[in-house]
Amino acid sequence: MHLEEFARGPSLLHRLDPRVKIPAALALSMVTAVADRWVVLAAALILSVGLTLGARLPFSRVAARLLAVNLFLAAIWLFLPFSTPGRPLAALGPFTATWEGAGLALAVTLKSNAIVLGVLALLATSPVFSLVHGLRHLRVPDKLVHLFFFTFRYFQVIHEEYLRLRLAMRVRCFVPKTDRRTYRALAWLVGMLLVRSYDRSIRVHQAMRCRGYDGRLWILHHFELENRDLWFLAASGCMILVLAGLEWTNLIL
Amino acid sequence: MDESYPLIRITDLGFSYPDGRRVLDGLSLVFEPGLKAGLTGANGTGKTTLFHLIMGLLRPTSGRLEIFGRPRTREEDFREVRAGIGFVFQDADDQLFCPTVADDVAFGPLNLGLGRDEAHARVHEALDLLGLGAYEHRITYQLSGGEKKLVSLATVLSMKPRLLLLDEPTAGLDEPASERLVQVLNDLGLPLFIISHDRDFLKKTVTHLFRLEAGRIR
Ligand SMILES: Nc1ncnc2c1ncn2[C@@H]1O[C@H](COP(=O)(O)OP(=O)(O)OP(=O)(O)O)[C@@H](O)[C@H]1O
Ligand SMILES: [Mg+2]
Repeated sequence: MHLEEFARGPSLLHRLDPRVKIPAALALSMVTAVADRWVVLAAALILSVGLTLGARLPFSRVAARLLAVNLFLAAIWLFLPFSTPGRPLAALGPFTATWEGAGLALAVTLKSNAIVLGVLALLATSPVFSLVHGLRHLRVPDKLVHLFFFTFRYFQVIHEEYLRLRLAMRVRCFVPKTDRRTYRALAWLVGMLLVRSYDRSIRVHQAMRCRGYDGRLWILHHFELENRDLWFLAASGCMILVLAGLEWTNLIL
Repeated sequence: MDESYPLIRITDLGFSYPDGRRVLDGLSLVFEPGLKAGLTGANGTGKTTLFHLIMGLLRPTSGRLEIFGRPRTREEDFREVRAGIGFVFQDADDQLFCPTVADDVAFGPLNLGLGRDEAHARVHEALDLLGLGAYEHRITYQLSGGEKKLVSLATVLSMKPRLLLLDEPTAGLDEPASERLVQVLNDLGLPLFIISHDRDFLKKTVTHLFRLEAGRIR
């Protein structure tokens, strides 16, 4: 598992300053999340797809991420159309799907895909350390920044810890079944994982303090705003304004 | 550097963990300037605990702790201690947390307030010293156990400490890596305080042995 798999690449988006990408991603996500009009949702999706293409991310890896999101959305398609009151669209045995419900499910699907792609193209194209540094420059409170950074960093460690524990169980011939013994063993596994992760976090913090850490993260590679960053900021600002304008006025459709 | 006072002077130190287990009891120790010493003792006698007390990660229950000639009791006192003592943890996974080796080795120098160029220079210097020049851009969590161990040493060497505290530095190192470590430590010429169960390694690196037994130095 490699959480930073998109962070290095050849595209312009990879080279942009995180301090302009973070606000752009945030604005795009917010507008998309609150938008109601189809034209806005479609435009947001097109924009996100465009950004993803522009970032030249490996197609198969992006598809894998989208698959995960859309599997989850499939559950929404199972329930939302049938549980929303409105004009009947189709009947399935005793259940009736409504136009309103289907519309809602479609809107959620469009929004989710647009936001995931947008975030992949804008944020996943920077190493997490640069994002962290960017967040600090944007005056995000240190506590939040640390929470974000360590969540990311220790996801990996906890996952490895989990694999090690599973391995330790497997080499002693543990085969999961659906019985009480299995559930108890798995409960121990989860408990052990929590305790170990907690312990590790304490030790890492101690090690950081030993190297003079006082709550501020510095970064070795400094970045400076360049012309392309300003152009990107201007362009993304315009796009967001257009989207917001479409949403809150009645232009087009 | 002219140092006439002992680097560390511990007087009648006692320590218990919150669960009441008494680990250190009436421990006294004087660490003279320039000393290279090993710390031995059975498993669970409190060697790691003693190092954590010296670094200010734990606070003594009783007794007196003097480092670099001054009593140390509060967190602020230990800031200066940590800038002067390089402590390498028993488990390298605790020490390394940055994405790349260069970031991790630069972490300490940047915390000390060094500029980027200076920090860069320190990174190269420390990595070259350990023969890790080619590792600068490697991802830390993809290194092997032995490589991690050497990189952790680099992360404290880059801070140019006055004394090195190493907690079982040879655990997990193969013969050549361990030889390399011996050589590096001897070339550095820094005062050393090393916890190790590896008698051979201690023989090659230190000139004095402290033995921890029943909560004190014998
Ligand atoms: N957080 C803790 N809470 C309670 N007891 C602890 C804690 N950490 C360590 N101990 C206990 O304190 C004693 C000393 O531990 P310490 O880790 O200092 O030993 P050590 O000499 O470094 O051993 P080793 O050679 O195995 O590394 C042990 O008996 C241990 O069980
Ligand atoms: Mg120990």
